Amino acid sequence: MQFSEAWLREWVNPPVNTQQLADQLSMAGLEVDVIAPAAPAFCGVTIGLVQQIVPHPDAAKLRICTVEVGGDAPLQIICGAANVAEGMRVPVATIGAVLPNDFKIKKAKLRGVESFGMICSVVELGLAETSNGIWELPADAPVGADVRQWLTLDDPCIEVDLTPDRGDCLSVAGLAREVAVINRVALTAPAIAPVTPTNADQLAVQLAAPAACPRYACRVLRNLDPTATTPIWMQERLRRSGLRSISPVVDVTNYVLLELGQPLHGFDLAKLNGGIAVRLAQDGETLALLNGDTVTLRSDTLVIADASHAVALAGIMGGAATAVSADTRDILLESAFFAPQCISGKARSYGLHTDSSHRFERGVDPQLQVRAIERATQLLLDIGGGEAGPVVVVTAEEHLPQPPVLHLREARIAQILGLALPAATSVEVLERLGMTLETVADGWLVTPPSARFDLVHEVDVIADIGRIHGYDQIPVSHASAATVTTAASEAGFELDRARLALVDRGFHEVITYSFISPELQALLEPEAQPLRLANPISAELSVMRSSLWAGLLHTARYNQTRQSERVRIFESGLRFRHDAAGQLQQPLGLAGLVSGSALPEQWGVTARAVDFYDLKADVEAVLALTGAAGQFRFVAGEHPALHPGQTAQIERDGLPVGLMGMVHPALAARLDLKGDVFVFELDLASLALGIVPRYAPISRFPSIRRDLAIALDRTISHDAVVNCVRAGADETLREVMVFDVYTGQNVDSSRKSLALGLILQSYSQTLTDDFIEGAVGQIVNRLTSELGARLRD
Amino acid sequence: MVESTSLNTLADTPLAALQDAALAAVAAAPDLATLDQARVHYLGKNGALTALLKQLGTLSAEERPAAGNAINQIKVALQTALDDRKTALEQTALSARLAAERIDITLPGRGQTPGSLHPVTRALRRIERLFVQAGFAVAEGPEVEDSYHNFTALNIPEHHPARAMHDTFYFDAERLLRTHTSPVQIRVMVEQTPPLKIIAPGRVYRCDSDLTHTPMFHQVEGLLVDEQVSFADLKGVLYDFINNFFERELKLRFRPSYFPFTEPSAEVDIQCVMCGGSGCRVCKHTGWLEVLGCGMVYPEVFKQVSIDPERYRGYAFGMGVERLAMLRYGIDDIRLNFDNDLRYLRQFA
Repeated sequence: MQFSEAWLREWVNPPVNTQQLADQLSMAGLEVDVIAPAAPAFCGVTIGLVQQIVPHPDAAKLRICTVEVGGDAPLQIICGAANVAEGMRVPVATIGAVLPNDFKIKKAKLRGVESFGMICSVVELGLAETSNGIWELPADAPVGADVRQWLTLDDPCIEVDLTPDRGDCLSVAGLAREVAVINRVALTAPAIAPVTPTNADQLAVQLAAPAACPRYACRVLRNLDPTATTPIWMQERLRRSGLRSISPVVDVTNYVLLELGQPLHGFDLAKLNGGIAVRLAQDGETLALLNGDTVTLRSDTLVIADASHAVALAGIMGGAATAVSADTRDILLESAFFAPQCISGKARSYGLHTDSSHRFERGVDPQLQVRAIERATQLLLDIGGGEAGPVVVVTAEEHLPQPPVLHLREARIAQILGLALPAATSVEVLERLGMTLETVADGWLVTPPSARFDLVHEVDVIADIGRIHGYDQIPVSHASAATVTTAASEAGFELDRARLALVDRGFHEVITYSFISPELQALLEPEAQPLRLANPISAELSVMRSSLWAGLLHTARYNQTRQSERVRIFESGLRFRHDAAGQLQQPLGLAGLVSGSALPEQWGVTARAVDFYDLKADVEAVLALTGAAGQFRFVAGEHPALHPGQTAQIERDGLPVGLMGMVHPALAARLDLKGDVFVFELDLASLALGIVPRYAPISRFPSIRRDLAIALDRTISHDAVVNCVRAGADETLREVMVFDVYTGQNVDSSRKSLALGLILQSYSQTLTDDFIEGAVGQIVNRLTSELGARLRD
Repeated sequence: MVESTSLNTLADTPLAALQDAALAAVAAAPDLATLDQARVHYLGKNGALTALLKQLGTLSAEERPAAGNAINQIKVALQTALDDRKTALEQTALSARLAAERIDITLPGRGQTPGSLHPVTRALRRIERLFVQAGFAVAEGPEVEDSYHNFTALNIPEHHPARAMHDTFYFDAERLLRTHTSPVQIRVMVEQTPPLKIIAPGRVYRCDSDLTHTPMFHQVEGLLVDEQVSFADLKGVLYDFINNFFERELKLRFRPSYFPFTEPSAEVDIQCVMCGGSGCRVCKHTGWLEVLGCGMVYPEVFKQVSIDPERYRGYAFGMGVERLAMLRYGIDDIRLNFDNDLRYLRQFA
């Protein structure tokens, strides 16, 4: 809602300046967004009277005007506008004037003829984007007066960003009420007297959907002068509220909408067939609208109809067929109350949003219709003469909104606000806001004014007391309410800790959109049925990710193309996938990606590309945070996005908890990724349960290490070897490690050589050589018999 | 090498010359090995001095004390010289080693360099910690929500203008991407009983993308429900939060506003952290920055979750994490947060 300060001050004129007024509005919940003058800066523009026009001797389009500007002698001004005419009053930028954009007016010579100024259009004065020639000022414009002063163009235009509950402030009247309350000053509304009918014409009105439209007022106006124009003061007020002047009928309805908050509509009476019915549309009924659209109506939509058709979308927009035109003389003026619940969402459902629907959706004062139609009638008659018929008002009283009676308990005010107010203060605030109070034992019964649709509950009234009294008057309390101790389980896996672990290992955290391109999603998981947005921002962001890899791969490519060849990134977040039963699941995941060199380029370290085992160490570091590292296994796995020979499924107690591997070279090529790329993803719910450490005693006896070099089939996995060693050993085996893996020279191509380190230790004695020989012998035997391993010398 | 001395008899031996030769050998030893050879040569089992001592028995009882005494004096002098020479040689060797091992300590350290937390996470952790310290527990909820939890239960009925203002991403008539973290309030109030004191951080989505809006961003919702809670308590918790988050005393302004799920409701402006309130580009020359929305839980919301609004009251607040992160770290373009350019991310190490 945008309005001119001068207009508001006609209603209410508190002793505060513009900025103070704006601050007051903002602090009363009516947030001021913009304050801008009614015109950009210009000076030296005077009202002139064109006395004489003669053609320019050397230019067909130019004319030489003699313009009186109130000085000693009239000025000679060359003008190129087609509409300049003798006797016309016009804005004249005299020599020395400065127009918007710092355009200075100087004496000029046009095709040999001197010009002492410029006759201006509205565009040149910065008042509009387009114009048809120079600006014709009204006949009563005082010649010689400064245009800026005469039109009060320094008047600030104030734009308030109203919350949807405050439909009552979508008018100068509504805002003026608030300003009067805040400043404790009187409201001076313009007098609106009923217009005495001068003809008896009227149309019958039938309320066929009284719940949706419980009140409909209308009036016939005849013999309006179609040549009449909207007075400049009204045009200016409309302009300062962001509306264009169109015709007197449209302008007056808009003016009353802005002034009182009541949307009105003018029909061309000649184009209406019979009486008015306010009814629900028939399914499939069509209506051509004022904006040129034709809509096919649904039966949930309220329309205004004449005897033959729907002629307007009730409360939203009029129809094209019955619109007032340049030669309309007779009109039917409508002023109705449409119930918010009936209008809500309807405009949007037809792709429309109008000043009218905006107000009806939020609630228009149900007591305003007759006053508004009287106001509009008087303004129209003042502009274009004519005769008004009687106001026809049809009301379904039982369907009009009844103001609620709210039980306000005095004690509750302090409980909610945390501020003890004297009862008299509360009463005074509420009465100033136009509420009716009836005292009861513990407080009051409060009836809000009919324009306030937002007051439906006791706390709404309390909030209004707080709002007007001032939120800044409410104390700041540091009483610590509700101390609820909710320590996380010590065994629980903390995502935050995992993030830090990855950061410490050189990873950068990224946050990518949860919606991705369907193509990328299909490349990563061709089998999955992704969840699709009905109204995505773009096709590129239209399906929900089923894996965090999509965003990581995209980010890797983004950075590779920006000279960052080495990428180490991770992300945590929800993934969206359907389970076997087709139910959507939103599991939390943690995923990472590495590519480029294993270490940052540095001295003293041979550069080498990152590989599977580098990333595996990172993944293991994260898994270790559960305190239950031993419960996790990496088993050879498969995934369409991963290299078939470098894919590990990560399992916990036999259940999958994640995946890691090299991005399939074909996919990497498809995504324009450079070098080998490795990724992992872990399901955090599967990690959630960790282990609280449990102390085990430390042996007092020395540990013994024995190393074995064995050769065995190269397909036998490390885990198989370790498991075999453990199976062949007794309880003195503390640790098994592989400290070398060798294939190549001196080893058969189908075999590999492993160097194993065994650490043995007892809790009860120092192990003897004999014992150790026996234990290692058993292990070797087991490796030989089970895995076909051969001890190398 | 020490010259081999052939001494046949003690009486023949010129002790002074022997002492001079021994001391000269010690003084001339260039290293520890040579020094040890000298020691062995004179004092070893078959050393020259040892041999002389063995011959003492051949002397008469009158000669013996003087001769023994003379040999022992040489032995002591030699031992002292050996020890001194050894210490000196060791010192020289250590100095040489230290000199040889001198390195350029300005060369950079080797290994992995640390990464970074995303600035949004960094701000989020800070927010979470501050509230956890104040006794709030962290709650989470789904991002694909239903319209009941996102709207209806929060007193935003269908077709309400407030619903249209949310620019919601829909999947179908029922399912949507949550537009705020407020639905977590509802889930917590259904699942738990008061007193409640939670914050709900997370991603939220709005169908809006331009210079100053991204279709995904982060919010932290807070909720406290107890028997004695007022707007004054809400003001207190937010003053504490803001002053701790920015680590300075900032002015706060509670501006009446409207959220369907709270009443009274307020937008909270803070004194501009860039200009201190004198007016700048960031605060659009108002001196104030809008950073939070808050209010007292609306009784209709309590009814939706079967909490008795006569017995319990509550407050709720919500904040945009990107906004706070940008103010805290001086970031001027929200979209940088989702480009994930490493040159940007590295700055938050």
